[in-house]
Amino acid sequence: MKKVWKHAGARFRIGLVVTALLALSSVILTLAYTGTDISIYNSFRKNLPASWQHPLGTTALGQDTFWMLVFSLRNSLMIGVIVATIGTVVGVLYGLTAGFVGGAVDRVMMVVADTFIVIPSLPILILMTALMGGSMSVAPLALVLGIFAWAHPARHVRAICLSMRERDFIQTARFSGEGLFQIIVTEILPYLMTWALSNFMNAVLVAIGQESSLAVLGLSSAKLPSLGNMIQWARNRNAIMARQWLWVGSPIVTIIVLFVALFMLITGYNNFIAKKRGV
Amino acid sequence: MRRVRFGKYLAGRLLSWFMVIFIGITFMFFIPRFFPADPVEGMIAKILSMTSLPEDQVVYIRESLRMQYGLQGTLWQQYLGFLKGAVRLDFGPSLMNFPTDASSIVMRYLPYTVGLSLVTTVVAWTLGNLIGMLAGFRKNKKSSVVLEYIAIFIYPIPYFILALVVQILFCFVWRIFPLTATIVLNQGAARFWETLLRSSILPACTMVVVGFGWWVISMKAMSENTAEEEYVRFARLRGIREGKIATSYVFRNSIIPQVSGLSISLGGVFGGALMTEIIFQYPGVGQLVQKAITQADYNMIMATVSISIVSISTATLAADLIYPLIDPRIRFQ
Repeated sequence: MKKVWKHAGARFRIGLVVTALLALSSVILTLAYTGTDISIYNSFRKNLPASWQHPLGTTALGQDTFWMLVFSLRNSLMIGVIVATIGTVVGVLYGLTAGFVGGAVDRVMMVVADTFIVIPSLPILILMTALMGGSMSVAPLALVLGIFAWAHPARHVRAICLSMRERDFIQTARFSGEGLFQIIVTEILPYLMTWALSNFMNAVLVAIGQESSLAVLGLSSAKLPSLGNMIQWARNRNAIMARQWLWVGSPIVTIIVLFVALFMLITGYNNFIAKKRGV
Repeated sequence: MRRVRFGKYLAGRLLSWFMVIFIGITFMFFIPRFFPADPVEGMIAKILSMTSLPEDQVVYIRESLRMQYGLQGTLWQQYLGFLKGAVRLDFGPSLMNFPTDASSIVMRYLPYTVGLSLVTTVVAWTLGNLIGMLAGFRKNKKSSVVLEYIAIFIYPIPYFILALVVQILFCFVWRIFPLTATIVLNQGAARFWETLLRSSILPACTMVVVGFGWWVISMKAMSENTAEEEYVRFARLRGIREGKIATSYVFRNSIIPQVSGLSISLGGVFGGALMTEIIFQYPGVGQLVQKAITQADYNMIMATVSISIVSISTATLAADLIYPLIDPRIRFQ
């Protein structure tokens, strides 16, 4: 970790610091929170301006905007991490299977994966979530988003596998009597880790974006405070018309900062890997 | 030889076009049947919440809804019926505009979305690749570093977030544009085009700005790598002008993957168009699907989603057929 920090560029460092700051502060603050449920209406007076007690004021529904934002950020990150985990794990297993079994199985598996890559995800996500009428809880929502998160990593892992299979050190391992499973675990997985990490971060970003898009359509988890839902609730209560910029603006700014930081982290990390390999 | 190669390419692309639509439609058939939510009972609950009906009428409504939703017979019969309907783009009547056919309503809205996506994609792709090419070719100039950073800052922002920011700035803070798009259909062609253009400016600008970042970033990386190839150095040693090296050597070679990237990006652009339309109240498929969701118009959602899948995969196929035109390795003959 120290080595990465030392050798990676400024882009990586800024990205890492901002992302870590947002993630850690939201997790720690939500753990430390002792007040009433932040979603409850009329917990405070409505439309208060920013003050020491309410750093971002209160909403037109009488909720504390700051704490709403903290919980929304944590929940959005949580959805992103769950979806990215599903996508990465399934994708790596799928890609490894296709790459090592080969032949007709590989071809069929790749046609399916390619279809999932090109199939337009948003319309299908709309269909699935619309059927549930926006009443999904976090786990099914993450599963539904996960349906479109595995195909890209699967394709990539398979490509890596195919090129690895012919490498000398894999052949050496095979001739020295190592089983296929052992080769995968000891030789290939470590090689995949750097790539999987970059893919994971990217999947977090994509999943948070998709969840917020669904939220704007009123199709995300209806009661879950997430960044997208927070924007949507503010829009539904005409916060833009009423110029309640703190309420509608704070989740917008948070999403922008989070996404730019994550993207800098990802591209900075990828540059670092490329440099390390001497590409 | 070449003819065979292109034939193979075309066959592969046609197969994948067909597979995407087939798997997509199959998905759409099975998803509602495996989800715990029942659209028929949902509709009945909605009707009963508005008026009270005697039990025999509820039974009658349930039967007719099941028929309209294609829920009669065995699963296999339902599936065949659904596929047959999908081929004719028949998804039953829209419930919010009963008895108009759902897909004919989608077809009325579709040109706006397709037009918006198409124009903005072409503009974003051209602009992004030109900027990326310049930034990559003169990689150490200050301007190209600035350009790349602007692209990195804008690219990861989702469409609807940028749309919201643009809307807040231009419709509320500076009040340059009206809040909702109104397109006048019944006062002649000139008035139609004028209102169409005026309501398209903000959505189109948003989509171009979000869309072009990726092309800048990828084209910069691509042309940077190409500029270091041996044949570029050789061309330089032969005394070929820098301008010619930029266009015929670097650009020509680094644009190839950008064209295949174009076809991959179309699905995302369409999704982005839906979200942008919803924010700006632009009368496209996005607005239609939002209305259908709020009114629980199940047939309409099915029609919108299916027609979206068909149009995106067809557009992808079209973009893939440009590819052989510029890549000499898979050439038309």
